Amino acid sequence: MKEVVMLEEENGVVDPRLQAIKAAIRVVPHFPKPGIMFNDITTMLLRPKVFKDAVEIFVDRYRDMSISAVAGVEARGFIFGPPIALALGAKFIPLRKPKKLPGEVISESYVLEYGTDSLEMHVGAVQPGERVIIIDDLVATGGTLCAAINLLERVGADVVECACLIGLPKFKGGCWLNGKPVYVLVDCRQ
Amino acid sequence: MACGEDKEQKQDPRIEGIAASIRVVPDFPKKGIMFQDITTLLLDPKTFKNTVDLFVERYLGKDISVVAGIEARGFIFGPPIALAIGAKFIPLRKPRKLPGEVISEKYVLEYGTDCLEMHVGAVQPGDRALVVDDLIATGGTLCAAMNLLERAGAEVVECACVIELPELKGREKLNGKPLYILVESR
Repeated sequence: MKEVVMLEEENGVVDPRLQAIKAAIRVVPHFPKPGIMFNDITTMLLRPKVFKDAVEIFVDRYRDMSISAVAGVEARGFIFGPPIALALGAKFIPLRKPKKLPGEVISESYVLEYGTDSLEMHVGAVQPGERVIIIDDLVATGGTLCAAINLLERVGADVVECACLIGLPKFKGGCWLNGKPVYVLVDCRQ
Repeated sequence: MACGEDKEQKQDPRIEGIAASIRVVPDFPKKGIMFQDITTLLLDPKTFKNTVDLFVERYLGKDISVVAGIEARGFIFGPPIALAIGAKFIPLRKPRKLPGEVISEKYVLEYGTDCLEMHVGAVQPGDRALVVDDLIATGGTLCAAMNLLERAGAEVVECACVIELPELKGREKLNGKPLYILVESR
């Protein structure tokens, strides 16, 4: 059972748009600390056609899935989520670091390598039963995405899928997050 | 409540809905500040689309090659505009968020200073750039953004924000660069 779909490998044929997306991502060694090969999507944003294609691939996937809300994880999820939301006619919901959202919020903690962090969402942003996708640029440990899924489920939303441009190798070969499928365009560059 | 300039024209009918969709949260992030919250605008797909469309209609065909968005709410409005007009999107970020080589511009806060960063090589001399953020208050952040772009050799064509707080006179910090806004909040 292949829960995680790496579009790149479907049917053995590689979509040329995906090759361009992967090639446009820059690897920055030892950022933010030694040993981490950081996959930098900002170079892709400098290529309008490639950025547009990435958005289109997500929009094509979700167009007929009755998605009423797109939740984006701060901050790079704010770059990809809104264009997808606009094309789908869906709401955009920012999921933010603590104390950034004004007014009443709900909060979900998650574990980091050292310590914890938390993610917040506005109360009332999403209604019970709404079909939601969650967007971030990259999935690594899945900790942030799990927190995002929890926030949405706590208010009764139906998380249909998590979608990222890049996935670290552990997401090849089927890894659910909290029982939710994760859709990734390209695997990370090392 | 007004569309920033175009004195001759009547206000675009979409503006009223945009203004009405912005939620004011009192005493955030601290007492005395009436925070202009655009997240409620984003929850209404039609209103969000109208907001983006107003900017796109203004800038399409004007040879804009760069849209620079200020972290983090400028990341919400900038990319849809960039995509629609075929421009590069450049995130301007708080310190130590961008990997690789950056240039950095300090700016003054009410108490202390902060800093905005841009990637080296994101912008080329001769690029025509917009700076996008959700709101202009004192203009300090926008000014820092413009400086970053100009230091890299770009021409800042205009600053574009959804909301202006005119009493804070941010417009005056822009070194004469034009500012286009959709909604004034007094």
